[in-house]
Amino acid sequence: MARIEAEVGKPQGGFVKWIDDRFPMTSTLKYHVTEYYASKNFNWWYVFGVLAFVVLAIQLLTGIFLTMNYKPAAADAFASVEYIMRDVEWGWLIRYMHSTGASFFFIVVYLHMYRALLYGSYQKPRELIWLIGMMIFFVLMAEGFAGYLLPWGQMSYWGAQVIISLFGAIPWVGEAIVEIIRGDYSISDITLNRFFALHVIVLPLTLIGLVFVHIVALHEVGSNNPDGIEIKKNKDANGKPLDGIAFHPYHTSKDLVAIIVFLMIFSAVVFFAPDMGGYFLEHANFEPANLTATPEHIAPVWYFTPFYAILRAVPDKLWGFILFVASVLLPVFLPWLDRSRVRSIRYRGWIYKSALTIFTVTFLVLGWLGTMPADGLYVMMARIFSVLYFAFFLLMPYYTAIDKTKPVPDRVVYHA
Amino acid sequence: MTEDDLDRNRRHFLTVATLVTGAAGAGMVAIPFLSSLKPSARAQALGAPVEVPLGSMAPGEMVRVLWRGRLVFVLRRTEAMLARLPEVVDELRDPNSELVEQQPDYAANDTRSVKPEYLVVEGSCTHLGCAPIEDFDVRPAEGWEGGFFCPCHGSKFDLAGRVYKGVPAPSNLRVPPHRFVRDDLILIGQDTGAA
Repeated sequence: MARIEAEVGKPQGGFVKWIDDRFPMTSTLKYHVTEYYASKNFNWWYVFGVLAFVVLAIQLLTGIFLTMNYKPAAADAFASVEYIMRDVEWGWLIRYMHSTGASFFFIVVYLHMYRALLYGSYQKPRELIWLIGMMIFFVLMAEGFAGYLLPWGQMSYWGAQVIISLFGAIPWVGEAIVEIIRGDYSISDITLNRFFALHVIVLPLTLIGLVFVHIVALHEVGSNNPDGIEIKKNKDANGKPLDGIAFHPYHTSKDLVAIIVFLMIFSAVVFFAPDMGGYFLEHANFEPANLTATPEHIAPVWYFTPFYAILRAVPDKLWGFILFVASVLLPVFLPWLDRSRVRSIRYRGWIYKSALTIFTVTFLVLGWLGTMPADGLYVMMARIFSVLYFAFFLLMPYYTAIDKTKPVPDRVVYHA
Repeated sequence: MTEDDLDRNRRHFLTVATLVTGAAGAGMVAIPFLSSLKPSARAQALGAPVEVPLGSMAPGEMVRVLWRGRLVFVLRRTEAMLARLPEVVDELRDPNSELVEQQPDYAANDTRSVKPEYLVVEGSCTHLGCAPIEDFDVRPAEGWEGGFFCPCHGSKFDLAGRVYKGVPAPSNLRVPPHRFVRDDLILIGQDTGAA
């Protein structure tokens, strides 16, 4: 016993000191892990950042193993995916983990972003964290889109055709941009090859870099919490926030529970419903790309459908493109659109609560509409909900300013 | 040397000169990288013209060919089909092919073709590039005059590839460059010189 105490009391020396004299290992660990204080009243909304990190790891690991058998050529791509599914030992598992991981990445990231809407996490001084986060979201969209072309199925081909053609709507330079993206006069072997390069090198590297600065920026200002209080305002004699507990071991052990629950759900989908009834892997994509016939019903994968519904709601090519881009970009401006004096929904008035409820329903309905055919009633609904989508953002400076807020307590409180 | 001895103008000039030279160099280096993204020599060569023999085509029949990887429809129109072209003019956005240049000059006419009988259009919807589906049956009850229908976003085109009003596609189907080598042979992708 005495010996152990002596060990603990002894100043760090030996190997660790040798490293620390040459690399800030211990201080970095302290700053980002063992002495990074985050609010003690985190609820379940606060696990999705860590979960996004877990999915990123799954995607990188499975992705590396897929590249070892996948062939990025129009003549071979579809067959090489079938080969992975049938002939490579456990290839089906690795591929299903990767395809399921793509959908779960978006589920987790959408919930992570929704948490920011609930608790005002994008407000001052966390604007930059939000901006970097939105950049991560855009890179993720590009990554998902590029990855979807790789199996070279019917939906890969025609989905890419539609999305790449979108850029053709840009006046004057549109066609030239489209040609540069494709590298050919149509989507071809060349396009597939460069999308592979984007999907496995350019975008993942960018993603990792952005995730790194996202976390550095977060640790600079500190995490928000469900009360939207600055916990750094109430510190003890040692300068440690009274309402904060160290990320490790306290938050990490809570996150571990979340990770295990997440992996249980993830595994259930991988093993029992990898195509998720056509939502995670669309049925038309089990046919190889056919350049002479578009599938009867064409829809992007579910995570793009809210924005796709907005695109289709507009009966004009250029305006469809503009509103589509606007719908994706608008959340970037949230830190400046929100004029509320409080962060958390707990202390906001009925107006923001109603607006967020309507927006939640709107986003889900648009997502559903984007998977349906573009027929009369669906288009009409898409128009109505598109207006509601834009209203949430564009009217925000007005309704958040007049909304009656409740007084915010000095210290965090616990809610059921 | 003290602060006072500094020739700030000279320092400023050198800074700007270095930046401009560096930017010019970076710009030059960017050219080969960006150019490598353009269609390569092979892609251009594979975009060579394709021949479509017409001898075996029956009136009302349509064939699909790929030129530069793009879908091209060749439709041999019947007399009845040609007779319908003037009838739908009021419902079209650009019946006289004037709004957007979507065809070579020799196809900028009432039938959008070199010979009225043969329509040559790209099978790529001008909205977002899906392949339209041909549906030549006339069904007045549904208001369908026969033509092309895009399954993706519901755009409609008539039997000359002209776009209807009130659909997402902004312009008529594109007519690729083409010419008749003989009466029974069309060359798609080239309209001048020897075949």
